[in-house]
Amino acid sequence: MLKISDLHVGLTADNNVKILKGIDLDVPSGEVHAIMGPNGGGKSTFANVLMGRPDYQITTGTIEFKGESILDLPPDARAHLGIFMAFQYPVEIPGVRPFQFLKAALDSRADATGQKKLSAREFTKRFDEKVVQVGINANLIKRSLNEGFSGGEKKRNEILQLEILQPVLAIMDETDSGLDVDALKIVAEGVNSQRSPDRSFLIVTHYQRLLNYIKPDRVHILVDGKIVETGGPELAVKVEKSGYKEYLT
Amino acid sequence: MINKNNTISRKSELSNKDYKWGFSTDVETELAPKGLSEDIVRLISSKKKEPDWLLEWRLKAFRHWVDLEDKDMEPNWARVQYPRMDFQDIYYYAAPVSKKDKAPNSMEEVDPEMLEAFEKLGIPLNEREKLAGVAVDAVFDSVSIATTFGEKLSEMGIIFCSFTEATQKHPELVKKYLGSVVPYTDNFYASLNSAVFSDGSFAYIPPGVKCPMELMTYFRINTEGSGQFERTLIIADKGSYVSYLEGCTAPMRKTSQLHAAVVELVALDDSEIKYSTIQNWFPGTKDGEGGVYNFVTKRGRAESSAKISWTQVETGSAITWKYPSVILKGDNSVGEFFSVALANNHQQADTGTKMIHIGRNTKSTIVSKGISAGKGSNTYRGGVQIMPTAENATNHTQCDSLLIGDQCGAHTVPYIQVRNPSAKLEHEASTSKVSDDQLFYLMSRGLSEEEAHHMIITGWSRDVIKELPFEFAIEASQLLKVSLEGAVG
Amino acid sequence: MPKHFFPESVKKFHDLLETRKSVPSLGTNIDVLKKIAWDYFSSTGIPLHRRGNELWKYTNLKPLSDTSFTLSSDSDVNVEDIVNEIPWSKDWHNILFINGMYRPDSLGKLDLPSGLSISDFQHNNMWANFGSLAKPNSGTFAALNTVFVQDGISIKIEPDTKIRKPINIIFVVSEVPRNFATFPRVYLDVGENSEATMIESYISLTSHPILTIPVVEIEQHTEAILRHYRIQMENENSFHIGSTRVGQKGSSKFESSTFATGPRIGRNDIHVSLNEPDATCQLHGLYITFGDQQQDNEISTTHSKPSCTSGQFYKGILAGKSTAVFSGDIVVEKGAQKSIADQKDLNLLLSKGVEIDTKPSLEIFADDVQCSHGATAGHIDLNSLFYLQSRGLDFNTAKAMLIRGFADEMIVEFELTELFEFISGLVDDIIPTLQSQSDTIGTT
Repeated sequence: MLKISDLHVGLTADNNVKILKGIDLDVPSGEVHAIMGPNGGGKSTFANVLMGRPDYQITTGTIEFKGESILDLPPDARAHLGIFMAFQYPVEIPGVRPFQFLKAALDSRADATGQKKLSAREFTKRFDEKVVQVGINANLIKRSLNEGFSGGEKKRNEILQLEILQPVLAIMDETDSGLDVDALKIVAEGVNSQRSPDRSFLIVTHYQRLLNYIKPDRVHILVDGKIVETGGPELAVKVEKSGYKEYLT
Repeated sequence: MINKNNTISRKSELSNKDYKWGFSTDVETELAPKGLSEDIVRLISSKKKEPDWLLEWRLKAFRHWVDLEDKDMEPNWARVQYPRMDFQDIYYYAAPVSKKDKAPNSMEEVDPEMLEAFEKLGIPLNEREKLAGVAVDAVFDSVSIATTFGEKLSEMGIIFCSFTEATQKHPELVKKYLGSVVPYTDNFYASLNSAVFSDGSFAYIPPGVKCPMELMTYFRINTEGSGQFERTLIIADKGSYVSYLEGCTAPMRKTSQLHAAVVELVALDDSEIKYSTIQNWFPGTKDGEGGVYNFVTKRGRAESSAKISWTQVETGSAITWKYPSVILKGDNSVGEFFSVALANNHQQADTGTKMIHIGRNTKSTIVSKGISAGKGSNTYRGGVQIMPTAENATNHTQCDSLLIGDQCGAHTVPYIQVRNPSAKLEHEASTSKVSDDQLFYLMSRGLSEEEAHHMIITGWSRDVIKELPFEFAIEASQLLKVSLEGAVG
Repeated sequence: MPKHFFPESVKKFHDLLETRKSVPSLGTNIDVLKKIAWDYFSSTGIPLHRRGNELWKYTNLKPLSDTSFTLSSDSDVNVEDIVNEIPWSKDWHNILFINGMYRPDSLGKLDLPSGLSISDFQHNNMWANFGSLAKPNSGTFAALNTVFVQDGISIKIEPDTKIRKPINIIFVVSEVPRNFATFPRVYLDVGENSEATMIESYISLTSHPILTIPVVEIEQHTEAILRHYRIQMENENSFHIGSTRVGQKGSSKFESSTFATGPRIGRNDIHVSLNEPDATCQLHGLYITFGDQQQDNEISTTHSKPSCTSGQFYKGILAGKSTAVFSGDIVVEKGAQKSIADQKDLNLLLSKGVEIDTKPSLEIFADDVQCSHGATAGHIDLNSLFYLQSRGLDFNTAKAMLIRGFADEMIVEFELTELFEFISGLVDDIIPTLQSQSDTIGTT
């Protein structure tokens, strides 16, 4: 599904700053991969580059999604292909309501892919169901997007969007940071309930904690812009015990 | 036309136990007659043995000022009130006379009375006791009387001397930079200063040199009825760093004294100038008699990736009119302004800054704390301008006012002009008083009401005071305490 | 300071006044006020000198001063033609001014409840309070209005009266063939413990540069509550300089929302005096400028007595080569303890040619107060844009959504459903223009 080779990335504003220094990664359909590593190693950059954040510039390498390069696609076109990122820091957008915005997002994808749009009633039904399922306070969701939400509520709102948009590839960027155990379970349930043979997940995290609830197929250790080790779920347990010290020079 | 041996009597001193710097010194003073004319400008210039171009510059400034005066262009927009000034009733030249009838060449030649005066102010100048780590230029009335550590600094190529000395020894630097940041046409008081400035400090830091000690100028007004017009010029060449301090006091006099200084800072590429002021001119008596009228123009120009930082603690002067500013000309340059201004009794302060963003990615920070007490009036007046060329400029401004008592005033007048949409700009301000809860809490732990107030006010001002070099931070905190005595309760 | 002004502008209005010679007097009292106002205006002229003139520091009135105007119009408005252009509802008390003249019953017969009376300047003798809040010599444009005012209304709400339906006043200038000037005037008196809603809208059907100089005076008695809306949306060649003066008595409440877009030069002066304890006032505003428009907001609140609360909250969206000014002032006078005041001006800048001058100032003479203010200016937040795009919205949709989102907070202040929909539709209609004049992150 996702195939990355020799990916080098720097900052758009200052191309002397190199962050990713040659990443190769293959995420087949239906698999859950975890990207782990110390802070500053490039995990979040990696997630954002996949989504097409303009702050980063790809100097060499390729990213293929379902066999097609997505390097030249803006973020919205990537979203239309079914790529989704749960943000580490979901932005607060005053005056924009989640309901209105998600409807617009779905409509936009329907336009781009030639699918039939949901009617207002169908969408309302789906939205209301998912709000209950994710356990978001119904009053909260009437407010502006993420404005005045607590850290946990913001993360739940990301899961709500995941549930409604039903992506093919979901990138979870440090979704577990700053969450209590209950919220962590919500996130994990969100991911687990969405697992299917034609959907893949990329879970970016510093701690192994979330992986107690979501069992990854593969674990990759990202240090200083490179994947230094790849293994099964046991690798996550190992770094939880011994930390990232052995990888740091 | 020189009127020598005009010794100042102590009779006109006022009693005000709170202003411990209020003594005056008996020294022989050389005074030019009161009043301002081309002849006085020529006299000042000749006394300083200045080159012709400088005299010409002064005369141009003088003519410009006369023109402004004719058109009644003395600034009137500030929130300060004072009787109309009679510019012909001021001494424009007052200098302590040295025994040898010329400027002292070494510390031994300095009048012991003056050394004692500075010692009393906590600024010992003699070799044995001079402040460690601080080079001092002492300016008494209009004249620089001594500079310490001059030789040591010159080994590194750093020039730190009186302005007059600089015009003689380094005329090329003075000519190149004088008026380059504050032109003589800049404003009424800057024009006046450009015509009659007497002395001040000059510093030049060569490329790549980090000045190893604080440079300090201590200004002292002594003579009654004299105006004080210093000119300070600091040039930080490429990649250099300097921290500069300025302190000021004056005797207590019944009549008000005019102080119209100009400070120009030039920060060339990648350099940094940190300029700290503790302004403690005589604020006038509790009843509003006397005090210094402080009309000062301070501005710096920051070239590419240079940084200029102004920190000021303003506790003195009857009237403060002062806006230390930064022209952020070079890309990536940085301007900062940290200020605590206190207006107690009848003091009036109208002070703030102007940040002019021209270069790309320029950044400015303004933190202003105004304390009003008694019948004092405190105005923050600040300008932030983002010019069309200033892509990605950012400014953050925070101005807070604290009121003590119900007879004072606290005003905030920010002028924000944005002409480039990529700017990111925030202005926040608040006004508050010392809360009874805070006072009660501290007093319940055993502090007196005055101590509690002082602690709260120092804490409230901390964001600014911490920007000062350590010893001066302590002095500033003490100064706030003394200046507020009697304002509480 | 007459030396700051050009006498030509005085002559121009003098000539205009001459064309008015044959119009009958509105009464001796008014003639006295008009004389005071003319003397004042002829001493100031149109303020063209901006340096050192705090009130007109940023707005260039030269285009106004260079334009000549006429007072006579020979065209009319077919009410049918405008019902879709104006905010109104059959359920409101609708009052129409056409070309500056009061035209009762144009939008259906006025059916006023007891306790509400409206009298027009042509047919009544209730002039006692005229000019009590907007004094004839209190400013150039209040003076000009006083000199030229020909028609207006005085609205009185008796004590202890709740007026359920909004009082909707619409000022329409028809398709006049010339540069036409109007000087409408409204006086509103809200009685003790009464409650009402008033809407003023300014609309033009012509594309000629018209001049509108309205004055609205509002007197609120003890415990009176007024919800006030002001909509300024004349054509892009026009000039609008409006003055609203409000005097509040104890425990009264004034809430105002303004929406300003359209004119080449627009000026919205609102001055509120909190004259007795416990009064509150909240002033909200949204200004949207594009092309080479100038919109100037001069908003002042004075706390004269203790325990009053006030707020000023304005938002601006600027595109093209437009400029906007927010000049906010909060004054807490000596003795006005326990005052609470908050002031905010936030701006969204969409293109490189725009200029915003914002000056949120506080003048405080009492120590037991809580006052704060803030201002921001910046372009669209790139993180927000990326966030929306990452969910599949294309660039333009995402940007439009962010512009609309920025305005939303002010649009919801127009609480009446019909009014909310009107403003909301207006903003939606403007957004494509704003997008087309946005060159910051509008180019991909």
